[in-house]
Amino acid sequence: MTRNPYRTEKIAFFFLFLATLLIVVPVGLIVVIIIQKGLPAINWQFISDMPRNGMRSGGIFPAIAGTVYLVLGAVIFALPIGVLAAIYLSEYARENLLTRIIKLAIVNLAGVPSVVYGLFGLALFVVFFKFGASILSGSLTLGIMILPIIITASREAMESVPQTFREVSLSLGASKWQTIRHIVLPNAIPGIITGTILGIGRAAGETAPILFTVAAFYLPRLPKSIFDQVMALPYHLYVISTQVPNVEEKIRYGTALVLLAMVLITNLAAIVIRYKFRKKKKW
Amino acid sequence: MSKIITENLNLWYGNFHALKDINARFQERRITAIIGPSGCGKSTLLRVFNRMNDLIEGVRTTGKVLIDATDILANNIDLVALRRKVGMVFQRPNPFPLSIYENIVFGERIHGGKSSRSKLDEIVETSLKRVFLWEELKDKLHKSALNLSLEQKQRLCIARLIAVKSNILLMDEPCSSLDPQATSRVEELMRELKNNYTIIIVTHNMQQAARVSDDTGFMLLGELVEFGRSEDIFTAPKDKRTEDYITGRYG
Repeated sequence: MTRNPYRTEKIAFFFLFLATLLIVVPVGLIVVIIIQKGLPAINWQFISDMPRNGMRSGGIFPAIAGTVYLVLGAVIFALPIGVLAAIYLSEYARENLLTRIIKLAIVNLAGVPSVVYGLFGLALFVVFFKFGASILSGSLTLGIMILPIIITASREAMESVPQTFREVSLSLGASKWQTIRHIVLPNAIPGIITGTILGIGRAAGETAPILFTVAAFYLPRLPKSIFDQVMALPYHLYVISTQVPNVEEKIRYGTALVLLAMVLITNLAAIVIRYKFRKKKKW
Repeated sequence: MSKIITENLNLWYGNFHALKDINARFQERRITAIIGPSGCGKSTLLRVFNRMNDLIEGVRTTGKVLIDATDILANNIDLVALRRKVGMVFQRPNPFPLSIYENIVFGERIHGGKSSRSKLDEIVETSLKRVFLWEELKDKLHKSALNLSLEQKQRLCIARLIAVKSNILLMDEPCSSLDPQATSRVEELMRELKNNYTIIIVTHNMQQAARVSDDTGFMLLGELVEFGRSEDIFTAPKDKRTEDYITGRYG
């Protein structure tokens, strides 16, 4: 039998397309099912009210607020450190053993299971630094978790700024730092923002790192300081799904929907920003 | 008067001996062309004068390069001051992704700190006038410099150097991405500029070297084979290798 290139082409196309379709289907199903089951629970009271009746009714406002606090805290901590480290790695570090070790450490930091971050945060921030289970401990733990995302994205953004711009700037008598400050950073900001937003999305959705460091089982009020515990959406979802009997299905799915929406909206923001800046860039 | 003097200048990239005993005198307010085949070291020589080779790891330089009687290879030389004085025009026109205005005042912003708006405006106007771009661009100073034509971009890059008050212009094949008309207009600009600047141009194009330069150096395999007045080099070269090159026997 001779090989028919047209037929093999069709077969190849079929399988490649099938594989691609298989990626889209679960995403679509997740969104559809969560919306279908969760939407009936969504109303203004659900988003803005305190939980009542042992979390079986009322709203999830403290969990939403808690997640926002934690994510903001993580970014306040991780963004400056991440960007400064990225500047060092991209602009100053020479290629040597130390640099390779640092880069390897960052890659591995990204691969550490999130529950390990949780235990680490418990040991270091909660116990050793005596911050207790608090927003501070949780934010720092989440911050360390998203640090590699921010460093990697910032480094890539800076390294994609053409080398000639740096050369020209230096040849005009600018110092290295002036070159970074006036040429490299402004052109890298879209990439840095995108990376940060992706980190925010990741931090908002994680349960394990906040489990031992901050998350409160039931705390129907807003925190007064960074040393308070808070409720947080992912953990709240876990609690009402497994720890509290007789919670209505729509409340569970409604909570999941709010969490999913927050994460998807932040990711969408990252995509929009990237798209807008990419259109502007011309080199 | 000699603006730049090199004495026994040698340069290595790692083990590669890229410049061999270069001894030359570049005259003030003249255009000196450096010609030679690819890889002969002409761009490397150019980049010695503003110490841009420092950016490459494993570069070692010996000998002396005197600019205005100061050895710029000395360790304690102020690179910022050197690079303000010795400006460079690159092969590909490379304005920053900023407005035309911001491109020109970049140097002033970096070196001058807080300058008044009127001072910046004045710098932009005089610099653009020097490169004959003012009439064309005065109404779109705040538009992106990336939308200009290649020739306008290259002129803008020269204006950017004029704005930092360079008095030596190093040009590394400044016309290689331009069409013949644009090339001839940029050459005209160079002739105009030499009244105030010392210009060293590296070029592949021998006709260009013959057209614009007062002096010419021919380089081959890291050696400066012959250096002298352009009319002598192009009409009566002393060295056989120079003759072979300018008559097109290799290169």
